[in-house]
Amino acid sequence: MRYHQVVVVGGGLAGLRAALELNKRNVKVAVVSKVHPLRSHSVEAQGGINAPLGNHPRGSHDSPELHAFDTVKGSDYLADQQAVMRLTSDAALRIREMEHWGVPFSRTAEGKIAQRPFGGAGFPRTCFATDKTGHVLLHTLYEQCVRYEQASERGEMVIYDEQVVIALIIENGACRGVVVWDFQTGEIDVIKSEAVIFATGGAGRIFGKTTNALISTGLGMAIPYWAGVPVKDFEFVQFHPTTLFGTNILMTEGARGEGGYLLNNKGERFLANYDDSRKAMEVAPRDIVARNMTSEILEGRGFEDEYLHLDLRHLGRKKILERLPGIRDLAIRFVGVDPIEAPVPVQPGMHYTMGGIDTDATGASPVPGFYAAGECGCVSVHGANRLGGNSMLETIVFGAIAGATAAEYVLAGGTGHPPKDAIYEEARKREEARLKGMFEGTGTENPADLKEALNQTMNNNCWIFREEEKLNAGIATVEELLERYKQITLNSSGLRVNFDLLWALELGGNLAMAEVMLKGARDRKESRGSQFRTDYPTRDDQNWLKHTLAVYTEHGPKFSYSEVDVSIWEPKERKY
Amino acid sequence: MSEVKFTVFRFDPTTDKRHRFETYSVSEKPGMTVLEGLYYIQEHLDGSLAFRSSCRAGVCGSCAMHINGTYRLACETQVKQLGATVRVRPLAHLPVMKDLFVDMEPFWRKYKSIKPYLIPGDDPGENERLQTQDERGRLDVIIDCILCAACYGSCTVNNYDEEYLGPAALLKAQRFFSDSRDQADEERLELVDGEHGVWRCHTIFNCQQVCPKTIDITGSIGVLKRNLMAKRLSPSLKKS
Repeated sequence: MRYHQVVVVGGGLAGLRAALELNKRNVKVAVVSKVHPLRSHSVEAQGGINAPLGNHPRGSHDSPELHAFDTVKGSDYLADQQAVMRLTSDAALRIREMEHWGVPFSRTAEGKIAQRPFGGAGFPRTCFATDKTGHVLLHTLYEQCVRYEQASERGEMVIYDEQVVIALIIENGACRGVVVWDFQTGEIDVIKSEAVIFATGGAGRIFGKTTNALISTGLGMAIPYWAGVPVKDFEFVQFHPTTLFGTNILMTEGARGEGGYLLNNKGERFLANYDDSRKAMEVAPRDIVARNMTSEILEGRGFEDEYLHLDLRHLGRKKILERLPGIRDLAIRFVGVDPIEAPVPVQPGMHYTMGGIDTDATGASPVPGFYAAGECGCVSVHGANRLGGNSMLETIVFGAIAGATAAEYVLAGGTGHPPKDAIYEEARKREEARLKGMFEGTGTENPADLKEALNQTMNNNCWIFREEEKLNAGIATVEELLERYKQITLNSSGLRVNFDLLWALELGGNLAMAEVMLKGARDRKESRGSQFRTDYPTRDDQNWLKHTLAVYTEHGPKFSYSEVDVSIWEPKERKY
Repeated sequence: MSEVKFTVFRFDPTTDKRHRFETYSVSEKPGMTVLEGLYYIQEHLDGSLAFRSSCRAGVCGSCAMHINGTYRLACETQVKQLGATVRVRPLAHLPVMKDLFVDMEPFWRKYKSIKPYLIPGDDPGENERLQTQDERGRLDVIIDCILCAACYGSCTVNNYDEEYLGPAALLKAQRFFSDSRDQADEERLELVDGEHGVWRCHTIFNCQQVCPKTIDITGSIGVLKRNLMAKRLSPSLKKS
């Protein structure tokens, strides 16, 4: 049995930033990550990170208030406004801190951090390092962790790679540790702690067509959900307008920010034909662009009824090589198209879960000692639609905040009493039996078949245009898959380096979160931000200006609703 | 749909005396990558097959392995470019834990040994440090390194000197050496000097040839060598 004052689960941007904050405050922290931290999905983020630095001449008047207003409007007024102010007020501090730690941001002519235009903002606010911003941010945070792992002047910091957290330990209503499966040795162990922070990323792999890494399954949301922590606003899913046809690998919004066009099969910039994107065109917010692209394809103006063209040719070789080298490389490797010479085939794809583990603006969940930050959590600062460039900002701002909150909790004595060792041993035994039971069953279902069926049903029934009938069909399928999941069989036994078992566990998370998403989407009878209901095509503030909360029960999620903080800006019709 | 043969290295050191190659028949789909083929095997033919993956987009560095004669990322290698048989082995110079899943510990230990973090000499205050576009440009391409260890597997020096720092760690040292904001030149040069450091590099260029990001790794090691020599010959010489 190991002991650390705080356990951070997940080694992406939010997790590492939280760990550094705890370390700075001399709290003994361990990061537990199912992959090496540098393999986390954060590394795939491309286009940039927002902050009101005012480094671009067109944005020199920028301020936290302007940034917050754009974020709230982008969220279709579902974001909590004071929390958004916290996000944008800390933005400049956190970005400059990342620069001080060594992030190689692209630069302006004066040598400052460069900024580019992104959707939902009237001027350039998105800081970037070519189109590899997530890569350099993650590498830099990991470098800082290595520095303090080695340093003696601060408290202990340990990173456990390739160890999978499989359960929370909750005693008397407070979180007191985690059960860990060491993937390399096969050992099931317990880490005792005063507090736990989850920073486990999103759940894109519920869907077939997604930009997310294969590891973004939602298991990190399902584990606290099963343990009784509510999940908030999970019906809100961001579909990114430009993902590569075939693989759904991301083509950054920066491509349009830098001036790229979206074209239909007639060669038209069709966004001009839709009221909500006529003015902002390619840099309208993601929900709007993805929806109008989908309409265009459904109405027969796409290519092969599947995709549209992202045309960068007019930007010229120099700008593409300077600003967008990464996506050029991806387009060449994965679809055989060089954007310098030809348009790139793109279609909308699942990109981001706005919803997640319910937290307040300090990163705290309703369960004492349990915190969440980054995509797995929901503060909410993104509401019904996240602006591009705000997700990485959320990871470093709320990663630091969650770390600080957990540190204060621990330093103030936590729950005030140490639990008995027996609860840990009990949890360890229970989890070991559960995992072994998964390959001792007599069922006949192959988890890969269930995953395929789930992906298809989510693509078909919980996509950009939603309606009751389809959502119900999706729910019926997922309920059936949850039953079949009890009958899975694995053909590889043993706990050491067993991917068969790992993917079966992940699938359990997939299914749990898909059920929450579908049912939340069905119950929300309005259209807001990313959720567009063809049977309820308008926003309904009277009945639905509220957050959805889902709590796990044996018979499926139990829903309740909570107030949205609209204390700064009165909700208005969202026009661009 | 045509069938393609995957011949895959299999070894579990806890049960096997020696490794073997097993051949699997996979139906080829348009645009299929080696990683997708491995998943097909793992999901449908043999659940015990072990290999790492994450982003499936060539940026996370999980899936470097030896594929048909050279080191590449499985996720961005198209099956159709490889002919009728795909032959897959794990990265060399790292202990096999299971099949294609190697123990990366020696690789990370060496990476950590060169102090892979910015060591600035000043207090920047509240604002960002200024860096000209030219200074920033010197970091282009070097910072693309995804630490996949393809270079480490390909390096023949790693084969006979277990303690050789290897191409990736040395490249990382040069990344900070070349950063105008970093002030630890002497310290870092010292870390890469010595018998397991830059002088072990025999400029064979294997690392450069296999690098999925086409980084001039051998050239970067050369920069460190040149500056070490310059420092020795004439301490007042300027960094180049």
